[in-house]
This record gives sequence, C-alpha cells and structure tokens, in this order.
Amino acid sequence: MIRVSDNPAIDTAAKLVVVAIGMFAFVFVVMVPLYDVLCDALGINGKTSDTAYTSVQAGVDESREITIQFVATNNDGMPWEFRPDVTAMKVNPGASNDTIFLARNPLPQDMVAQAIPSVSPSRAAEYFHKTECFCFNQQPLEGGGVAEMPLQFIVDQELPRDIKTITLSYTIFDVTDMVNGAVAAR
Amino acid sequence: MGDHHHGPAKGLSRWLFTTNHKDIGTMYLWFSFAMFIMGGAFAMVIRAELFQPGMQLVDPAFFNQMTTLHGLVMVFGAIMPSFVGLANWMIPMMIGAPDMALPRMNNWSFWILPPAFLLLASSLFMEGGAPAFGWTFYAPLSTTYAPPSVTYFIFSVHVLGLSSIMGSINIIATVMNMRAPGMTYMKMPLFVWTWLITAFLLVAVMPVLAGAVTMMLMDIHFGTSFFSAAGGGDPVLFQHIFWFFGHPEVYIIILPAFGVVSQIIPAFSRKPLFGYDSMVYATASIAFLSFIVWAHHMYTVGMPIAGELFFMYATMLIAVPTGVKVFNWITTMWRGAMTFETPMLFCIGFLVLFTIGGFTGLMLSIAPADFQYHDSYFVVAHFHYVMVAGAVFSMTAAVYYWLPKWCGRMYNETMGKTHFWISFIGFNVTFFPQHFVGLAGMPRRIPDYALQFADFNMMSSIGAFIYGASQILFLYNVIATIVAGKPVSDEKVWDGAEGLEWTVATPAPYHTFETPPTLDAKPAHA
Repeated sequence: MIRVSDNPAIDTAAKLVVVAIGMFAFVFVVMVPLYDVLCDALGINGKTSDTAYTSVQAGVDESREITIQFVATNNDGMPWEFRPDVTAMKVNPGASNDTIFLARNPLPQDMVAQAIPSVSPSRAAEYFHKTECFCFNQQPLEGGGVAEMPLQFIVDQELPRDIKTITLSYTIFDVTDMVNGAVAAR
Repeated sequence: MGDHHHGPAKGLSRWLFTTNHKDIGTMYLWFSFAMFIMGGAFAMVIRAELFQPGMQLVDPAFFNQMTTLHGLVMVFGAIMPSFVGLANWMIPMMIGAPDMALPRMNNWSFWILPPAFLLLASSLFMEGGAPAFGWTFYAPLSTTYAPPSVTYFIFSVHVLGLSSIMGSINIIATVMNMRAPGMTYMKMPLFVWTWLITAFLLVAVMPVLAGAVTMMLMDIHFGTSFFSAAGGGDPVLFQHIFWFFGHPEVYIIILPAFGVVSQIIPAFSRKPLFGYDSMVYATASIAFLSFIVWAHHMYTVGMPIAGELFFMYATMLIAVPTGVKVFNWITTMWRGAMTFETPMLFCIGFLVLFTIGGFTGLMLSIAPADFQYHDSYFVVAHFHYVMVAGAVFSMTAAVYYWLPKWCGRMYNETMGKTHFWISFIGFNVTFFPQHFVGLAGMPRRIPDYALQFADFNMMSSIGAFIYGASQILFLYNVIATIVAGKPVSDEKVWDGAEGLEWTVATPAPYHTFETPPTLDAKPAHA
C-alpha cells in the first residue's frame, strides 16, 4: 500500500482526495462516452446514424407498404422557415426513396443551422437508413436565402412487421454562435 | 497538554477560528436548523397557495422558485448539515478520540456552507428570479430555459459539494485512524458505522454532482452541448448523471438516521441492539445497491425493457436489507423494559412512518405501475415519508437524546412529548392525503389544480401549518433547556444508554478523551 504521509490521518485524507477527483473525472471520461456508445449500440434514444448508409443489395419487399411521416420543428428562437416538401409518403422496405425539406432564412444576416433527426417509434430507428441527408452537415444560409435540402433513405426489409408507420422528425437548431465560437477558439 | 481546564476562546473569534469538534458540531446544528426554518417557510408559501384551487397568493413563476428552493435548502441545507453536525459532536466521543482527525479542514468545511446558501438565497432577489426548475434541475430547463441566476446556483452547488466532500473525508480519516485502543470496527456504535459508510458514498457521488453542474455551466457559457441535442448531446444524459448521484444521495440522508435510531431504541428498550452484525452488513448492502438502481427515477424516459426490468428488480432487492433493519429494531423492543421519553417516541414514529414510506417506495419501484405514479403527488407523499418522517424525525430524536449531554440540562419532557404528538399528527394530516390525490392524478410542482382535489389539498395545507408551527415549539424547548433547563450531572443521562459518550462528564467538557479510554471486554454497543 502506498503511503502518502507519515501521519495516518493525512494519508487517508490524501487517498480520498484522489478518489474524489477520480469520480469527478469519471463523469466526463467514462459516463458521457459510455452513454453515447450504449445508445448507439442499443438504438434507444431515437437517434439515427449520423453517417451515410451504404446500401446492401437485397430485394425490395413489395408485400407491404410503410407510411413515412415527416415532421419539421424549429427549436426555440430559431427563425427559419423549415418544412418538408411532402408530409407523408408510402414506401416499400428495401427501396430507395428521395424527398426534400425546404428552408428559408428570413433574417438579413448569414446563419448556420443544424438539423437533428429523431425517429419514432424509437424501435424503428435502427431500421431507418439514410443514404444521403442534410442532417449530416451544417447548413449555412445567407440572409434571405432559400435551400432545398435533400434526403435519401431506405427502410430495412428486417423492419418488424407490426410497425406500419414511422415518423421522422427534424428539429432545426441555430448553431451560428456555436460555429463562430469554435472558429474564434481556434 | 496537561491543562484540562483549557476552555474555548472568548467572543466571535471562538466560532470563526474554532477547530474544536464540539463547537463545529454546534455550528452545523444551528445552521441546519436555520435552513430548516427557511426551507419550511418556502413550504408554507407552497401550501398556502395550494390551500384552495385557482391562483391565490403568488404567481406561478414564484411558486416554481419556491418548490425548487424548498427542495434544495431542505436536502443540502437542513438534513445533510444536521447529520454532519451530529457526526462532529458524537463520533469522536463515541470512538474515544480527542477530536476529529483534521480539525482545521473541519472548520473550513463548515464555514464555506453559509456563503453557499447566501449565494443561493440571494438569487431570489435577482432579475429573472431564483432557479425555478425543480430541485432535480433537469436540462434543458436548467440550461436553455434557465434564469440568469442559474450560474449562482451552480457555484453554490460546487461550494456545498466541496463542503460535503471535506466533511466526509474528515469523518473517514477520524474513524479509520483515531479509534481508542480495543475499539475494533465490529465494536463501533452503529451511528459511527452508518456514518462511515455514508461518508464513502459522499466521496463517491458528490464529485458526480459537481460534474453535472460543471457540464451545465459549460453548456450555458462555453458553447459545449453535453445536454443539447443541437450539438449532438442528449438531455436524457443529464438525468442519468443526476440520478447516479441522486440515488446514493437519498441513502446519504437516511443511513445516519438509521444509525441514530439504532442508538436510541436499545437505550429505551434497555436491551442490546438485536442483530448488530446484520445491521452493519445491511447498511453496507444498501450502500452498494444504491449505485445500481438510479434509473428507477426515470422509467418513463423510454428505456429498453431489459433496462426497466433490471432497475426494477435491483430496486426491489433493497427492500431486503431494509427489512432486516426494521426487523432488528422491532426485535430490539420485543420484551424490552420500554419507556417512552421524547427521543423514543420520535424513533417509534420514525419506524412506523418510514416503513410506510418504504412500502410506497416499493410500489413506485414497479416499472409498469410507475408510469401512473410518475411525477404525481404520490411521489411527493412517498419521499416526504422517508425524508421528513425518516431523516427529520430521527434527527429530532437525536437532539432530544443527546441535548442533556451537550448542555448539562434536561429539556421539558411534557413539551417534548407535545412536540412529538403535534408533529406526528401534523405530518400525517399533511402527507397522507397526498397519496390519494397523487393516485387520482394530481401532478407535482403545479400552483393550481382540478377542483376534485380541493378537500384533500386543504387538509394537506392545514396539516402543514400545524407541523410547521410545532417546530417553533421545538426551538423554544431547546433554547429554554440551554438557558434554564433543570441541571443534570449524571454521566449517564438515560439509565439504559450505553457507549463511551456516556462515560464523560455532563455537560460534556470542551475537551474529552485527551487520553484514550480503556475499553472493557464487552463491546460498546452491547
């Protein structure tokens, strides 16, 4: 056993200080990454993958149709006009589908936005593959500018049969300050 | 060191610079009582507003500040410091040590507390008001939507966390290194055991709380997104971190209370504590289990079913060691020569009401049922049965039990018993009806409610005013005892009391056990 001090009380206290500092570090270096890893592995917080899916060759399941609903939400204080081009579409599992979301920046200044997807029911998240998505990147838009933001996705053939409807919700966040802050910090 | 008449310094500097464990214990106890009154005043505002449906006295924003500050002040300002104060007073005397192991740090850990709470309370007068996001301060309520005063709240939590960590390091260092010769671990009084385990819990989880508020601070001011979905974070992560601290925290509050009850019940049953060893092991098991049950506070966030089941079964498992404890207390009283002085009355009140709180806890642990109870007044009733009737009742019992030892004067027994009965009745009138309104669907933390809940809420409010008023009687009794109580000079104030603290003179001299006591063969707790 390592002895820090000849005074046994100070020795005990010093070791406990190390434990306390270790627990503080534990929150940042273990709990936060572990949470992300677990959510990713279990697909539990409705988060879809944040990288593009490479499709595997498999037949299209013509036997059933899944209704995909699109929802666009503005986060608190986000002034952009943001909406899906179509609010719902019927797709076959295995088939590749395309749609777009529309955004307009009504303010005079340039802004940067980040869209965060969420799939409901969360069980469907791991079966909803995006081969191309505007949410993979930040979306800069000059003052008054408009953008058509593409989305390409495949619903997995393995999707449980009891799921008939999947809702894909995007919340758009204003990350202008965050981006500028990161630039300033460099 | 031969001067045994060396007494305390005079004037204010005695209290500012003291390193004496009894002085520091006294300051902790008075500070926690002041916080108890302040938190109680906030509760009175809450109950006055809820006396009738509709908006009566305060606006909803202020109501939210009251519920938030009531919780924070009671948990961190009243209950925790009161038990730290009791530990300071009693642990050295119970293990035959002259003082705490690190007396200067002891002074510091007390004196940073009042500024921390001053900071928190000052936020009431700031623009945007005090924190209004509940004592659990869930993100994003406490980050994106928080009032500007949240930064004061964060700093206050940092400081009081530091105080708790220093206090618990001191307790561990004292218990591990300063026991009198012959005082082996399994001979320590149970209050010392429960505090030793509590102190380890504190060292393990207070830094986690500090981590959570540090992340909030960084999200608010430094552009990180730990809890913000916009930057790839997740608000649910906050709940996991908070409850990883929060669940051990509830045992931090209740374990010292278990220790107090385990000292007092044998004294007034005139029998040794039944099952001492099993009490120690039960305490340790509860402490271990407290680390693996946190997500039972968040069954409704959308966990996988395997997670719900794990946390449900692990939570139910805690009922086993807790049941062992309740069994041992009852068996201690069985065929004992019992008398019912005020400390014993509070302990029996504790036993009955804490058990009810334990049963409602078991109900809440059932994941499918919790979806109905979640965030309802049923939860409020549950945790007040374990926090108030558990921790506060046992703390009150401790004050009545050891007060004659501390000041050498006996409190007024009639007034003490009156205090108990008014408290007991007031408490139950307040919180028992909350089970019913909760099951019927009344959500917690709202200033207004549906008309169907009106009668029960009026009962609750009347009970709360009675319970609150009974604490004034308590304060009066304590002051009257210190100033003009009947002097007692017996070393053993209570004929059934056992332990080293009853071998020193009454009132306890400023310095005790400067030479370690010699222990006879029988263990101190027998």
